[in-house]
Amino acid sequence: MSAPRRVLLLGATSGIAQAVARVYAAAGARLALVARSREHLATVAADLVVRGAEVVLQRTADLCELERHRTLLAEAEQALDGLDVVLVAQGALPEQQACQEDPRRAVASWDVNFASAATLMEAAAERMVVAGHGTIGVLSSVAGERGRGANYVYGAAKAALTAYAGGLGQRLRGTGVTVLTIKPGPVDTPMVAGRAINPRLLADVDVVGRRIHRALERGERVLYVPGKWRWIMAVIRALPIRLFERLRL
Amino acid sequence: MGRSYGDSCLNADGPVLLTRALRRFIAFDADSGVLRSEAGTSLGEVTELVLRRGWLPPVLPGTQFVTLGGAVANDIHGKNHHRAGCFGRHVRALGLRRSDGSVSTLHPGDPLFEATVAGLGLTGLITWVEIQLERVPSGWVEAEGIRFRSLEEVEALDDASRDTHSHTVAWIDGLARGRSLGRGVYFRGNLAEGPATPPARPAPRSLGFEAPELLLSPFLLRTFNALYDHLPRWRSRTSVWKFFHPLDALGSWNRLYGRRGFFQHQSVVPDMEGIRALLALTSTRGQGAFLSVLKRFGPLSSPGMLSFPRPGWTLALDLPNRGEETLACLDEMDAVVRTYGGAIYPAKDARMSAETFRLGYPQLDAFATFIDPAFRSRFWSRVMG
Repeated sequence: MSAPRRVLLLGATSGIAQAVARVYAAAGARLALVARSREHLATVAADLVVRGAEVVLQRTADLCELERHRTLLAEAEQALDGLDVVLVAQGALPEQQACQEDPRRAVASWDVNFASAATLMEAAAERMVVAGHGTIGVLSSVAGERGRGANYVYGAAKAALTAYAGGLGQRLRGTGVTVLTIKPGPVDTPMVAGRAINPRLLADVDVVGRRIHRALERGERVLYVPGKWRWIMAVIRALPIRLFERLRL
Repeated sequence: MGRSYGDSCLNADGPVLLTRALRRFIAFDADSGVLRSEAGTSLGEVTELVLRRGWLPPVLPGTQFVTLGGAVANDIHGKNHHRAGCFGRHVRALGLRRSDGSVSTLHPGDPLFEATVAGLGLTGLITWVEIQLERVPSGWVEAEGIRFRSLEEVEALDDASRDTHSHTVAWIDGLARGRSLGRGVYFRGNLAEGPATPPARPAPRSLGFEAPELLLSPFLLRTFNALYDHLPRWRSRTSVWKFFHPLDALGSWNRLYGRRGFFQHQSVVPDMEGIRALLALTSTRGQGAFLSVLKRFGPLSSPGMLSFPRPGWTLALDLPNRGEETLACLDEMDAVVRTYGGAIYPAKDARMSAETFRLGYPQLDAFATFIDPAFRSRFWSRVMG
């Protein structure tokens, strides 16, 4: 048996983060969870303990408080006795129309979906470079591949996040630290509950969680999940703009 | 999980509560075998977790794709009913949220507990369930299959097996006629010693398309059933996954019935005479059953007011939907069940009459007083309308 993996999950109560955590827990990992809601966090933590996690630490924090990031990372590293994987998973699907009308809502969604995620990656990179190893996974989205009329406030944040993660990964080359940019298609999680999404398009969250776990453990750099989205988005990106504008995607 | 046969999980003009997001384990004591989990957790997920610690859910149905809440709400049974009774007997506590905002923990003996077990989800939302698991020596079953040629033979086999085997069930060739009516294969098994590493949960394979009607032609159905019928007697060590959940070998076997689907008719009658009458009826009507399952329920009582299991024989048949003639045949089958003093299983039903339901469930009026006023289902509107 190899030593248990030491994994920090930021935005740990998100549906996808929970699914990844379940895979790590079943393998006996040591987990640190950070999320906003103490109550929600406690139910997730109890589940991971039952599933076999060696340790599950809980910390409540609003990840939009950027000044806390370094402390959170330092505490987790100390409590887990090192860090192998940091998964940056916080996110929210804002209502496009409301954001168009109210700039404060748009900016607030960018804080959650981009700014806080980017600075958390930076904080994780800082510690992992010192340790000389580690994997940073960040949940971006296929929505960041091309802005769509129905969803571009969200898409813009994810596009920025994808660019940031790619750049960070390149900067970290040779340090022993790698960055995995995760681009899920629509997944059956509470984030999309009640939204007008064809249920046939929704991927099973456990399938997605297992795939992300494998990509993190293999040191992959970019993950479209489910994999078909790599090809779908390649086509959508390649569409001439005048044709793209006419489509209701 | 959206896999119910009937309409007890449908709501004609209203919303449906999906519980699969409620799937976190709450606590598991590997020494005492007590597990508490949110109600949307599937029995397959429970089995996968507890098997490596030497435990198994105390009652397992033919498919692992059943939630804990659904197992309670239908008070399901398994191949070990003659030993363990139905699922509700193993529930130590459950959480119930009602539309008036109340959240309560119910225990065996509470009137609301007895209404909620087998309560078809009508008494409120079951949020979590605590069950007592069964200790098992491994994830393997010493299984046996024995061919039989008549209902007398299978009754004798069951008499001889019920004290020696914890799990028994029979598959009947529903298409056999005349002298071969009542032939089939009897399965029995016991949990056995085996490798310490439990068998892996198989990944379901999907059929991926709806079968053309051709696949259901009587000729092919007969061939399919004959294949099972001509298996010689065999004995083997089988994984719990294969032994308990034969339906899951094919991910979406229901699609075998094509777009028109099928009806399942599951009834319980006090003795074999009723089974004989039911099989005689379906064979003369040419409403071939792809899969017919026969099982004897034991004497252990069920805790729910509307629990289906009661002493006698239960027969489950799948009838491909051929429209009016199928519905007519099902009504005739109900009449047979009524004549023999039996009952139909609401979990599998989509068309029984109010009268049939009432005759099978004498505690119906007492149960109705516990229904949450904000809850209803298509089934309930149909039979109580």
